[in-house]
Amino acid sequence: MADLSADRTYSSRLSACPACDAAPLAMRVADASMKGGDIVLSLPTAHCAACITDVERALNGQPGVRSARVNLSLRRVMIDAPGHEAAEFIPVLEQIGYEAHELDPAALSSTAADRQGRDILMRIGVAGFAMMNIMILSIAVWAGAEGATRDMFHWISAVIALPTVIFAGQPFFASAWRSLKSGRLGMDVPISLALILATAISLFETSQSGKHAYFDAAVMLCFFLLVGRYLDYRTRAVARSAAEELTALEVPRATRLVDGIEEQVNVADLTPGDVIRVRPGARLPADGTVIAGMSEIDRSLLTGESLPVRAGPGAELSAGEVNLTGRLDLRVTAAGRDSSLSRLADLVAMAEATRGHYASLAERASRAYAPVVHLLALLSFAAWMYLSGDWRISLNVAAAVLIITCPCALGLAVPAVVTSASGRLFRKGLLIKDGTALERLAEVDTVVFDKTGTLTLGKPELTNLTDLPEDLRPVAAAIAAGSNHPLSQALSAALRAAGVSEGEIDRTTEIPGYGVEAEWQGRRVRLGRADWVGADAPDADGPVSVLAVEGWSPVVLRFADALRPGATYCIAALTARGTRVIMLSGDTEAAVARAAAELGITDYRAGVTPAEKEAEVASLAQSGAKVLMVGDGLNDTAALARAHVSISPATGLDAARVASDIVLTGQELSPVADALDMAMKARTRIKQNFAISILYNIVAVPFAMVGLATPLLAALAMSASSISVTLNALRLR
Amino acid sequence: MEILALLIPVSLILGATGLVAFMWSLKSRQYDDPKGDAERILSDEWDDHPRPSPDQNKDP
Repeated sequence: MADLSADRTYSSRLSACPACDAAPLAMRVADASMKGGDIVLSLPTAHCAACITDVERALNGQPGVRSARVNLSLRRVMIDAPGHEAAEFIPVLEQIGYEAHELDPAALSSTAADRQGRDILMRIGVAGFAMMNIMILSIAVWAGAEGATRDMFHWISAVIALPTVIFAGQPFFASAWRSLKSGRLGMDVPISLALILATAISLFETSQSGKHAYFDAAVMLCFFLLVGRYLDYRTRAVARSAAEELTALEVPRATRLVDGIEEQVNVADLTPGDVIRVRPGARLPADGTVIAGMSEIDRSLLTGESLPVRAGPGAELSAGEVNLTGRLDLRVTAAGRDSSLSRLADLVAMAEATRGHYASLAERASRAYAPVVHLLALLSFAAWMYLSGDWRISLNVAAAVLIITCPCALGLAVPAVVTSASGRLFRKGLLIKDGTALERLAEVDTVVFDKTGTLTLGKPELTNLTDLPEDLRPVAAAIAAGSNHPLSQALSAALRAAGVSEGEIDRTTEIPGYGVEAEWQGRRVRLGRADWVGADAPDADGPVSVLAVEGWSPVVLRFADALRPGATYCIAALTARGTRVIMLSGDTEAAVARAAAELGITDYRAGVTPAEKEAEVASLAQSGAKVLMVGDGLNDTAALARAHVSISPATGLDAARVASDIVLTGQELSPVADALDMAMKARTRIKQNFAISILYNIVAVPFAMVGLATPLLAALAMSASSISVTLNALRLR
Repeated sequence: MEILALLIPVSLILGATGLVAFMWSLKSRQYDDPKGDAERILSDEWDDHPRPSPDQNKDP
């Protein structure tokens, strides 16, 4: 019944224009999908119309889903399904071939950020509309309209320009007021002064039937500067939303045991004394003491050690470590702000405070620019007062000086170059989080790398496949496939790559902390620690695992940490540019020396603690080096924050990504070397743009000072300089 | 010159119409997913009839 009446009201509104009928409906649909978004999933592989349709159709077919809408620009899908969990929808998408990850909606503040972007766009629209209309009227004046006609055109211009300047100029006025209150002369002070002075004088001149009015100049100034501001905002917004997405990928949940019953809680709700359960493969949410279970712990992100460490009852573990093989129950000793993770974050805050504030090129330029411009305007006013004694002419000249020197080019130069460069780097797999990172990157002469997880993938790789007899390979493949231990997985991967098929084994059991045991043709097979399988402990300089089959002599399998793709190229390219390359690692001497030899790094130190890393970077900085730190772990965060500029891979720990200026989004390390070149090019372009705008001022200012700057000349000069710097920025490749 | 009395208001109204249209498109969030919107036009869904509103399509 409800359906019928809905149909009737719908058909009664049908008109000749189908779009008119669809529009309110479309808006309602859009509204509904916007309000939703209780669940946000990241869809990194979605890229086309078919992807949108597939994903939306699959999700809308699920019970309980009110609406699902894909945002292809952000590669996300928002699902409105009250009372449902994200985990229910991920398999649905995986079934139709889309990789999906849950995002923490609380960590995504994109809506607030969007409002700011829309706000600037709105002001650009208003300024653009006013600029075009006033320009039409101005052309008539420039073409020679006289007397009453000219006055009328000026009055109409005033009616359009006044509200426009008040509305569109607000960002500049607000920021100028802020900087004046804190006693500084920012770039926005001369801008605001020029806007206000130009509008006020034009109004006065119009009321006096004067010849010149600068309404068009004032509005055009607004327009161009807002465009620069929007470019600046876009770059930051893209970086911020991508960085937020990386953070949001780690949904902070923990499994708490209450009277033996598991419940899911937010990590923030954990308190000391709680018992938590950590499954294999999960990251520890808090510091704690093991009370039950046996496992191995990967603490490479915290200490840089690439070998897993054994943990049993009584072991003290820290938040951020990864549980590898067995289930562990822990009693929480410190959670949240007190955990070792947060304590290290405090170290980061301290290091950041000592790094000092970096003044960007634009800031330094504006610091020199504002006083010069004000002085020039004041000088012209004084000189004209002295020469002519007419304050009206003097004020006009002073305003003309302010308008013509106004930094359209300066305000556009840096944002245009940074937008263009960071867009290119983003496509290569580098995300610039900080606006000044690009400029700082251009000054780098020393690069410090962490080893585990940065130069290497932090994943072991089998090095001695030939030691494994042909007959035992299928058994090894079968037994390794049954375990999640990184060494077993590495063995399994190596055998798969060699084309070995899995043999038939029975009764596979994994003994956490020791290894895997199984039966093959009635013989006992063990893969794991040397003392457990019954072999002599091999003298190893890296991770080893021993395969023991009854009736065969035990086989020692050796592993080494695999290099990150592009690492060799990256080091070679950096060395070729004459950049000093240093490796600092918390891993053992032998492991570090081997990686250094493979990569061709001569300058390295092993067994370095987090504090030593930071001290090393600080001492390099003290000796005048501009250090780029590349690292992924908690042991690097302090050094990352201390360095002149820092890069961390997306696979790194959240804390490391937060501390660094640039995030490497892909697996490849090669973009790091390219980024240095791109940064140099970008800096050259910024300087060229400054040169262009200075050159233009040198030509235009004398005209204004002798009183020859007509509104036409001001309009021409202003647009010419703005367009030339934008084109120069786009030349960047 | 009397024609100006007509032409100037006309040009202002046309410009203002464009501005209002721009503001409307901005307010109704049409710039949130430019890439998705460009692709959506290639999809065959809802080609023959408009998409039902969400509260309609779940009712029996």
